Amino acid sequence: MATLTQEKQAVIIKFAGDSGDGMQLTGGLFTDDTAISGSDLATFPDFPAEIRAPIGTLAGVSGFQLHFGSERIYTPGDRYDVLVAMNAAALKSNISNVRKGGTIIINEDGFDSKNLRLAKYDEDKNPLDDNTLEGFETIKIPVTKLTREAISESTLGTKEKDRCKNMFVLGFLLWRYSRSMDTTTKFLNAKFKNKPDILDANQKALMAGYNLADTMEVVQDRYVVKPAKLAPGKYRSIMGNDALVMGLVTASKKLGLSLFYGSYPITPASSILHSLSKYKNFGVRTFQAEDEIAAVSSAIGASYGGSLGITGTSGPGLALKGEAMGLAVMLELPLVVIDVQRGGPSTGLPTKTEQSDLLQALYGRNGECPMPVIASSTPSDCFEVAMEACRIAVQHMTPVVLLSDGYIANGAEPWRFPKASDIPEMKVSFAKQNENGEPFMPYQRDEKLARQWAIPGTPGLLHRVGGIEKEDVTGNISYDPANHEHMVKTRERKVEMIADYIPEQKIESGHESGSLLLLGWGSTYGVCEAVTNSLTKMGYSVGHAHLRYLRPFPRNLEELMKRFDKIVIPEINNGQLVKVIRDKYLLPAIPYNKIQGTPIAHEELFDFVLNLLK
Amino acid sequence: MAIDSNPNGTPYTLKAKDFATDQDVRWCPGCGDYSILKQVQTTLADLGKQPHETVFVSGIGCSSRFPYYMETYGMHSIHGRAPAFASGLKIANPNLSIWVITGDGDGLSIGGNHFIHLLRRNFDLNLLLFNNQIYGLTKGQYSPTSEENKRTPSTPYGSIDHPVNPIALALGSDATFVARSMDRDTKHLKDMLARADAHRGTSFLEIYQNCNIFNDGAFEVFTEKTSKPATTLLLESGQPLVFGQEGEKGIRLDGFTPTVVDLRSDGFTKDDLWVHDDSDQLKANILARFFDNPAVNPSALPRPFGVFYQTQRPCYEEMLHQQLNAVVENLGEGDLDKMLAGGSTWEIK
Repeated sequence: MATLTQEKQAVIIKFAGDSGDGMQLTGGLFTDDTAISGSDLATFPDFPAEIRAPIGTLAGVSGFQLHFGSERIYTPGDRYDVLVAMNAAALKSNISNVRKGGTIIINEDGFDSKNLRLAKYDEDKNPLDDNTLEGFETIKIPVTKLTREAISESTLGTKEKDRCKNMFVLGFLLWRYSRSMDTTTKFLNAKFKNKPDILDANQKALMAGYNLADTMEVVQDRYVVKPAKLAPGKYRSIMGNDALVMGLVTASKKLGLSLFYGSYPITPASSILHSLSKYKNFGVRTFQAEDEIAAVSSAIGASYGGSLGITGTSGPGLALKGEAMGLAVMLELPLVVIDVQRGGPSTGLPTKTEQSDLLQALYGRNGECPMPVIASSTPSDCFEVAMEACRIAVQHMTPVVLLSDGYIANGAEPWRFPKASDIPEMKVSFAKQNENGEPFMPYQRDEKLARQWAIPGTPGLLHRVGGIEKEDVTGNISYDPANHEHMVKTRERKVEMIADYIPEQKIESGHESGSLLLLGWGSTYGVCEAVTNSLTKMGYSVGHAHLRYLRPFPRNLEELMKRFDKIVIPEINNGQLVKVIRDKYLLPAIPYNKIQGTPIAHEELFDFVLNLLK
Repeated sequence: MAIDSNPNGTPYTLKAKDFATDQDVRWCPGCGDYSILKQVQTTLADLGKQPHETVFVSGIGCSSRFPYYMETYGMHSIHGRAPAFASGLKIANPNLSIWVITGDGDGLSIGGNHFIHLLRRNFDLNLLLFNNQIYGLTKGQYSPTSEENKRTPSTPYGSIDHPVNPIALALGSDATFVARSMDRDTKHLKDMLARADAHRGTSFLEIYQNCNIFNDGAFEVFTEKTSKPATTLLLESGQPLVFGQEGEKGIRLDGFTPTVVDLRSDGFTKDDLWVHDDSDQLKANILARFFDNPAVNPSALPRPFGVFYQTQRPCYEEMLHQQLNAVVENLGEGDLDKMLAGGSTWEIK
């Protein structure tokens, strides 16, 4: 049968299988290949909190969603064009999101009576045999059986052979999207360099899947997605936490400071600790502390000693760090606190995304405890935001909170990475002994109201710091009422003055003024862009502004918001930024909230905004 | 504020008072902390320490006010966490002489976790635990080292908590230097401070300190001239364990069981006694269990003072920097452009 190659503008694929089926790896490898082919893309890995949830159950389904295309891609997409379902549970939990007429690639071997029972299908009602799959293009493949056959000569045990199933599926999809196996082969060669039998089995499975797609009669169509029209330059694929790490390392080099990272493992921030620990040849010192409090405290200790002290965590850890962050506010030392947010409260939804720590970051400490808060909006944006957090911390002598979230941390996108020489050096200075013999005043301030960074080991600067209220200028302990109020106001003013050292707020896309402003922060960037584009194409005067700086807000924010009749604030929480905006500017901003551990879908926000415009 | 070195960089010879700040010391009159402060200032001067290379890091509590009174660098941090601040600081600058000041509440209750991990990691710094067996700053509640059945504002019918044994906990955490001293024996305290400083690794020194307001006389039985000889045992490595008014009593080991013998009547000589060896961890653990209170139990073994145990193990900051250097040697200095490009890239023209 002749193969037809059709051109597609954009495709959404969802890989779904059991936690142990290797769907994250399959999705990741297909993403790498997609990126290299020049498509724009966005990903959304979605996996259970349990490392190995019971095999075959609905709770154990792990998914990886990829949206790629020759146009700009802003979100991982709402409805799948293709669903890969490795077992009955994967089909059951994902079929409702496959678009009508979409393709479902099924591993038939994942639908035996046990799998059906675990997926809570009636045992006598196999979805492969009834009308469940009506209206979809269905490709049924006995993946387990064919994988075993393809590597029958391998000496591996059955369990290990079955682990190659994901390569079989990957091979199948690579053919279908007109790709070669080169990138994957390169990856396998590197990963299993010292395990020739495993390497051989994976390669054979990959090849078998690829060849099956080529020869299988039901697969008539082959698709090609042309490269996206992205700005010229050199690109790579990047995930949020990796971009964050590179931003921190770059900042430490540009500041000429040693980077110290104190952290305690927590999902979804742990990979920051992992990646930084690999960059020891950049002088990075990582310290896996005994708990979250020790992690932030060690970072403050390192900052006191003249290093760039950084700590990273997720919501529950931020709660534990609160008291030490308050100390950093009193000590007026540089510190970056990264919070990769996840569903809360308490343990909440550890592997799911949420934006529900904004109020904690802004207010979650005892006393009047102001701290700059900035947020990254996309995986690649994490790079710049990380550098910016370090710059603010060092130049304004203050702890800074950097908010990311699970969706950004694990999501991937193409990144036009900069040349190191194009990134400007950042200024930092340490206090020195006064030449005129005048005593050193640890709480004397510059025009930014920042005090000097005086590090132990320097002659002539002996002083004591601590959490008890200080007398202005001298830094001595003071219980004087007027001094306390003065210091509270001074610390507040210092943080507010940062607004003079950050850019004004821009309109990201759409109209500069008009009927409705979508005001977002963090990981809603993509969906705000996509919805704004859709609505402006329909003729509505909608604009999108996305806040990187959440404290202080950009100087012109009020003026910008007032250019629109309505303000909608979409958030993956129960309405947090909207409270702050209403409080600060007395504007009737309208919340749009989703609190399901997943990003906001294009169609839901689109419908909501359209309703307001009608 | 003192200028701590000549403009040409040569250090002044300093006296104890050069380590004192101009701040009023705000401990209660008669507090044991005064003596400790004095001995620390004297010892630093005697050891020729330079103030700008010395840092005192504390948590919260009466003892933790210590840094404000030391003309060095200092950080009065948050409750229980001083070890963590000190760890980060030591990594940032391994050349500093760091002294962590803590108390029984700060170090063993709220900061118990950090206490364990500081000791096992073995940073090269000194940890001074002022043990007064009471919460002073919060006005007299029982502490984790208070004896059982203690009546305090929070335990009007007597406490039911079993007390921590700080020396045993330190040994259990694999500390590399474990010692005990007391505020009232200034000579012994100075000697212990100097030996703690000389030890490379985390030196743990427990100091019995009298809180004359909320727990006066808690250690009287060990500090008063009349009772001290019979209730205390001075540890000297290489010397037999002898105590008593005229050194008439000794400790023998019967298997793993320590027994008190009378050298005048029991037919033993000093040659029959347990000879202290501060490199013997097993026996240090037995000494740590000399913990009954002679004021309550007259047949209690005497309370040991001195160095229980010391050993050499590589310091955390040393290994951390060795590893950094080894990676640089192996991979070369990090190249930002290589890092940014990562594994695979593509170009759009």
